[in-house]
Amino acid sequence: MNNSMVSMDKHRSVGTRPERIDAKEKVTGSALFGTDIMMPGMLHGRILRSPHAHARIISINTANAESMSGVFAVVTANDLPEADDMKEKLGESTINYKFLRDNNLASDKVLYVGHAVAALAAETPDIAENALELIEVEYEILDPVLDVRESMSTELKILHEQLRTLGSTNDKSTNVAQHIHHVKGDPSLGFDEADVIIEREFITAPVHQSYLEPHAATATWGKDGNLTIYASTQGAFVTRRQVSQLLQYPMSKIKVIPTEVGGAFGGKNPTYVEVPASLLSYKTAKPVRVVMSREEVILGTGPGSGTSIKVKMGAKKSGKITAAQAELCYEAGAYPGSPVDPGSMAIFAAYDIPNGQIDGYDVLVNKPRVAAYRAPGAPQAAFACEQVIDELASSIAMDGIEFRMMNAASEGTERINGKLHKSIAIKEILGIIDDHPHYNEPIQGPYQGRGVAIGFWDNWGARSSVDINVNSDGTVNLISGSVDLTGSRTTVAMQAADVLEIPLEKVKSSMVDTDSISYADTSAGSRTTMATGKAAVEAAYDVIGKLKLEIASLWNVSIDSIRYANGVFSSNKGKDTNMTFQELAGKLSGQVTGHGNVNVEDWAGAGGGTIVDVEVDPDTGQIKILKCTVIQNAGKAIHPGQVEGQMQGGVVQGIGWALYEGYEYDKNGKVLNANLLDYKLPTALDVPNIDAVIIEKPFPSNPYGARGVGETPIISPAPAIANAVQKALGVRLHRLPMTPSRILEEIGITSE
Amino acid sequence: MSSKLVVNSNINGQDVEFLIEPQQSLLEILRDAFGLTGTKEGCNDGNCGACSVLFDNRLVNACLVLGVEIEGRKVVTVEGLANINELHPVQEAFVVEDGLQCGYCTPGFIVSTKALLDQNPDPSDDEIRFWLAGNLCRCTGYDKIVKAVRHAARLMNEAR
Amino acid sequence: MKDFTYVSPSSIGEVVGLLSENEGCAALLAGGTDLLVQLRNTNSDVDVVIDVKKISQLNDISYDVDNGLSVGAAVPCSQIYQSDIILEKYPIIIDAASIIGGKAIQNRASFGGNVCNSSPSGDAIGAMMALGATCEIVGSNGVRTVPINEFFIAPGKNILMTDEILVALKVPPPKQYSGSGYIRFTPRAEMDIAVAGVGSYLEVDRKSDQILSARIALVAVAPTPVLSTSVAQMLIGNTPIENTIQMAASLAQESISPITDVRGTAAQRKHLIGVLTKRSLNLAVSRVK
Repeated sequence: MNNSMVSMDKHRSVGTRPERIDAKEKVTGSALFGTDIMMPGMLHGRILRSPHAHARIISINTANAESMSGVFAVVTANDLPEADDMKEKLGESTINYKFLRDNNLASDKVLYVGHAVAALAAETPDIAENALELIEVEYEILDPVLDVRESMSTELKILHEQLRTLGSTNDKSTNVAQHIHHVKGDPSLGFDEADVIIEREFITAPVHQSYLEPHAATATWGKDGNLTIYASTQGAFVTRRQVSQLLQYPMSKIKVIPTEVGGAFGGKNPTYVEVPASLLSYKTAKPVRVVMSREEVILGTGPGSGTSIKVKMGAKKSGKITAAQAELCYEAGAYPGSPVDPGSMAIFAAYDIPNGQIDGYDVLVNKPRVAAYRAPGAPQAAFACEQVIDELASSIAMDGIEFRMMNAASEGTERINGKLHKSIAIKEILGIIDDHPHYNEPIQGPYQGRGVAIGFWDNWGARSSVDINVNSDGTVNLISGSVDLTGSRTTVAMQAADVLEIPLEKVKSSMVDTDSISYADTSAGSRTTMATGKAAVEAAYDVIGKLKLEIASLWNVSIDSIRYANGVFSSNKGKDTNMTFQELAGKLSGQVTGHGNVNVEDWAGAGGGTIVDVEVDPDTGQIKILKCTVIQNAGKAIHPGQVEGQMQGGVVQGIGWALYEGYEYDKNGKVLNANLLDYKLPTALDVPNIDAVIIEKPFPSNPYGARGVGETPIISPAPAIANAVQKALGVRLHRLPMTPSRILEEIGITSE
Repeated sequence: MSSKLVVNSNINGQDVEFLIEPQQSLLEILRDAFGLTGTKEGCNDGNCGACSVLFDNRLVNACLVLGVEIEGRKVVTVEGLANINELHPVQEAFVVEDGLQCGYCTPGFIVSTKALLDQNPDPSDDEIRFWLAGNLCRCTGYDKIVKAVRHAARLMNEAR
Repeated sequence: MKDFTYVSPSSIGEVVGLLSENEGCAALLAGGTDLLVQLRNTNSDVDVVIDVKKISQLNDISYDVDNGLSVGAAVPCSQIYQSDIILEKYPIIIDAASIIGGKAIQNRASFGGNVCNSSPSGDAIGAMMALGATCEIVGSNGVRTVPINEFFIAPGKNILMTDEILVALKVPPPKQYSGSGYIRFTPRAEMDIAVAGVGSYLEVDRKSDQILSARIALVAVAPTPVLSTSVAQMLIGNTPIENTIQMAASLAQESISPITDVRGTAAQRKHLIGVLTKRSLNLAVSRVK
């Protein structure tokens, strides 16, 4: 592996804003998403979902549905083999295949409203929909548990009798799947040293990733035993792995073809529809497409964890934090696997804290099994930590930025989990906020306030695969095993083009299926441009190395004498001393393919911050975002336009989380807002233009110094808004979302 | 089952005749019968705008129109905005300004923007945001979409 | 969606005939923005969908000085806010028409549909109630006219018999020195549904500045939109100054017992009705001409 950085003089594409490779297909409506796949003779699959939040399945009778005209097959969990009780990391979350099987199709119990119970395939979507009503399911209804704190203490409302707490010796049935515990220094001594201690409790609602494209998969189980699945997934290979595990079928016989993905944000890593579609195709010998409705997406997939978080922090009057303690209770939903681990890593990550303790709990409740959502676990943690930080600063009459700066983590800082920070830029980010005109301009009117918060996210590295084939006309085909979610085909191609020293237009960049390239991890953890880019760089170097061999043999000179610069090969020996990349491509004796298979184990996190101005209508409690600036360390912005887009999009998701979004449940566990009228995403009218400030503190282990950028920007908006609301109204919101009715309650106008 | 109906219409400039079941929406017809999958389903109840199309030159959500209602009428989808192998200025502007990420909501935004600029050739940012409030985008944060609309307005005004 | 028969008659007589034939199993389609969602989401017993958009009478906006305004039941919102006569004489109708859904919805959704859907949160209903509109209804037994505040029974339920169709909403010609305004509260700026809304109408005596008549429609705070007679009575005889408006707001709050649901809490709604009564009355006062 070539670990040196690509020298700056080679940056021709990198750092510019070329047109995205997939843009024209998308603006014309030609791009094919998972929902757009159609096959000859295709059947339409639909999934029957539980109306109960917690119930034992007594029986399922599918006979009437099966005999309905136009219905071809019905499947239930009985059609699935037993799955291994085995955990595996899938992107940013870990799954246990036994639980994944039950989440795909419930076996003994249903654990949330919307839990998949059966699936059927029919000639038309309408027939499929109507046939669902003919499947008879007898339930024994059980009491649901919906509140995370109640679930931690209950001995009666147990979701999985066999579950024991990981990290505990207690041998009793519990809903606490895991207890994470980190200590650094001596927290009680640290709190003794403090002049001021602030302790607060925060509650955040589950929120949905809310990609606009519903989950969709089209499966064809061939007579030859080969299963082909078109899937809207973040990772073709992780989908293949899950399908293989759930069907107990060899990976080599499963081909997953990734479609264009209409948004994912972490939510399209677990399988939901792929396995039912495959089973139905097996039973009918026809292609079967399963596309979810919006209601199914909200009820049956995602969301991000709802949480209850306690934070206690102490500081000296001089401004130095002496101790910090957090208890993070994260809803996992129906099966273990909340992002409490990354939440615990993120909560104090931006600060240098001498004494600290973190206790994280992964807690089952009768809600959909959570999925990763953009910096999983971190926005909730930052909502808590960054408000306590603000309160601490004001309690010692210190400016919030100055206080953060005094306690900012830097390279080498030991975190509470014992790990050391690599190169980070928290201080630089705080410096930029401090100097930014937005931070320094006066507030314009009454009931307005300005808030700031910062966040840090660890990102991910992992495995990526890229092959580059050289064509005789001097163009190249770059194929990647990474799914392109929002432009990585382009950003990866840019990095290869610069190493190959050819124009970007000569690189055709595609994502390919699981039969066509070696393994790549899922596109998650902000890793694709960084890690798959590294694979592309490696493949490009491999191409150059092989071309040097070719030319050395052509010129009959030693390979060491060959130089490649500005797209021209040259040698200081022999006569023919110059040949362009294109000329050589036309004279190759054999095929030249460059391979880049990397497992990036050395990657870096990224910090960021948000400055936000709000205006609150004290009569209605409505919060308006007046102005917003987002700052982020990109390491190196490969495509600055795309980086800005990630930052702006992340901020607006953060605004949604802060102000509008959250599952609402009745006491029986029924979701009251499973549609896009009552589950409110921000519209264009709810947010301002967002000024994105990119800073570039390179990470030296990446060829271009790049860091992941996709996730960090969602972390700090909610606490920044809460801090701004505090300035505007004098009250602090400890609960998300900060709805108008909660504002009215906080300012004492209404009480519930 | 109810009997199928014959519908005559004009979709993207072409006269068409097709059979339809009365309960099929315009969205289903466009996607399933005509393969015009640029028009997307995001919610199927009029809250996301991913299925925005022009119906007799007026912006509608195709999920809230019955297919039979287009009898004798004209429908334009994202696929019908520009000539073959060309981009409409709105499409061009979204490409240039990076006004898209995943691209799923993009056809709806483009059709909605076309309808806006036909009616108001020089909208302010507030007018753009107000008009586009019926189209949800989860990726971009809308900033670059607003810039793309302004860019499209410039392109279209220059061409006038 | 379940299957059904689709018909698009061209006369009201045909519609009434079809409604009578398919007693209770027919649905009228105008803009479809509520109907299609309902046909998809509920266990619909609709066998026949009657598209009324080919009936010219339902698609017209007309005005004359003696009879006032008539808005055909199928006229979409966008046609309403593009009407010069409505813009000039009934700005409160524009208030409501321009906030129902987004632009795509407004090109389809009609005031008649909003009324017949009979949701407690109907914005068009709030505006039309404040204006003292009447509903022109045709059925097997002929034509009847019902004041809009007597049209609603419960959420989604109204007085229409199974053979009746709402043809038009009629609004009296505006009185001199009158003004009106509709304001609602939604968590998002647009594309949202009212947590509460208030439509206000005032007529004042030019010389004394006393309020001669008033109508205050309260939206999303009762099983149906309601006219608050107590507030109207209190306003009459007073001048529309801050103190009066404050009293009206308090009285409006006292007159309601809203519920808590996913869209808002009872306390929030009660509070908002005070705020919105003030704001809509101030808007109405500012428009008096």
